[in-house]
Amino acid sequence: MSLRLAVVGVGAVGRSVVELAPDYGHVVTAVADSRSSAVDPDGIDADATFERKEREGVVGSGDPADALAAEYDVLVEATPTTLGDAEPGFSHVRAALERDRHVVLANKGPVAERYADLRALEAESDGTVQFEAAVGGAIPILSTIADFGPNQITAARGVLNGTANFILSRMAAEGLGYEHVLAEAQDLGVAEADPAFDVDGTDAALKFVILANVLSDGAAVYSLDDAKVEGIRSIPASALDLAAEDGRTVRLIGEATADGVRVGPRLVPQHDALTVTGTRNIVQFETVHAGQLHLSGRGAGGPETATAILSDVSRLE
Amino acid sequence: MSDEAVSTPDADADTDTDVTDPETDGGERPQTHTIRLELVDKPGELLSALRPIAENGGNLLSIFHERGNLTPRGHIPVEVDVECPPDRFETIVQALRDEGVNVIQAGAERYGEELTLLLVGDIVDTDLSDTLRRIESSTDATLADLSLSAPDGRGSASSARLRLATRTGRTDQVFDHVRAIADEKELNVIEPLVEVAE
Repeated sequence: MSLRLAVVGVGAVGRSVVELAPDYGHVVTAVADSRSSAVDPDGIDADATFERKEREGVVGSGDPADALAAEYDVLVEATPTTLGDAEPGFSHVRAALERDRHVVLANKGPVAERYADLRALEAESDGTVQFEAAVGGAIPILSTIADFGPNQITAARGVLNGTANFILSRMAAEGLGYEHVLAEAQDLGVAEADPAFDVDGTDAALKFVILANVLSDGAAVYSLDDAKVEGIRSIPASALDLAAEDGRTVRLIGEATADGVRVGPRLVPQHDALTVTGTRNIVQFETVHAGQLHLSGRGAGGPETATAILSDVSRLE
Repeated sequence: MSDEAVSTPDADADTDTDVTDPETDGGERPQTHTIRLELVDKPGELLSALRPIAENGGNLLSIFHERGNLTPRGHIPVEVDVECPPDRFETIVQALRDEGVNVIQAGAERYGEELTLLLVGDIVDTDLSDTLRRIESSTDATLADLSLSAPDGRGSASSARLRLATRTGRTDQVFDHVRAIADEKELNVIEPLVEVAE
């Protein structure tokens, strides 16, 4: 069945959703960025829309709110993650649910910071909320939890920030200092000009908060304030040298366990399953009856994250 | 902390070699436990430290009273081997502590677990010796190995890798103490992910 999508937010992820939607048999009827929108009930012209975005900085001549009021079945919320009240993402979600539309989020803010509010809105609506893309890019982490059963999984651990993992694995491999590797990561486009969100552990913490919310299955609600978070800025190259002498290395590891959410640099064996290199992500589930389960893959990127969004959309059919 | 070699009676060593056997806890069979104490150098201290052991059903096997040595706090280290059923051991240790005896280390094995962690920051100028001494004296842990790397001298952040031997089940406590000491000295602790020996 073909569904009509409204895509809010046209960064790398939103753009990829618009481009890949036809592959999945869906039609994008509305697109909005923070200043403008393009709406066409028969499907917008993706090329023309993004050309205009490049040229004029807008996707169309409409107001952003026009996209939220347009005809669609699923709202794809792909605006940048914000903390605290998680706005404007949260209002976008509210607008869609109040119209009994489904919502698929790539934005971590509403799920990590206002999970209870989000679930309450969903309960009032005929629409549902999905957010596979908010945790681990292309890796089907949340759908695995749903399949396996949240009560069958006692803990989740792993690496869910590719930027921090890239920096630590490059520091370990080359014996280089943090600042040097960060500059290299920025040149490669792996790290943003302001890397704080990644290297201070906030991004990973939001993902593990979301995992904790999903795993607790309503028994408890977590937000970023509940997480113990430490970043990687203060790690000198000498720490990685000492770790390597002992067959170990350091990774920014997140944990969602019965004790809560914790993200910080940890010593791990060099050949441990969780010790991925480069921008790769991995999550490990501790299951009740089946030992450990590992899921690994690309945790970020436009097309990668778009596949998770479009899988969520397909689940709505 | 301990430099003398004391072999640990290891009654269940052979259970490790046969992996097909389910692990057992030794049941009610008496086991040999080693307890390390610190005594103030005063008459009668040794006797009052040994009384709680006898009163709680422990069979004293040996006492190694290191009169020539002093602990970092200037006390006399004493090592006691005691035989008792495993379930009575905790009672004995508690009774010692209730008597005000400083139990540094207690266990069926001298070192139940080993854990490795990194300390990062201004390690040298925050008095590394003091840091290590306090880690040892505030926990059951003993420093088994130390590596230090300060490639830029004292001027910038340096790193230390510590291997600590501790009693089984006490690792969380050790981490809490290490964290508290590190916080006070504005050092960062990088803990191992799995908090047991591999």
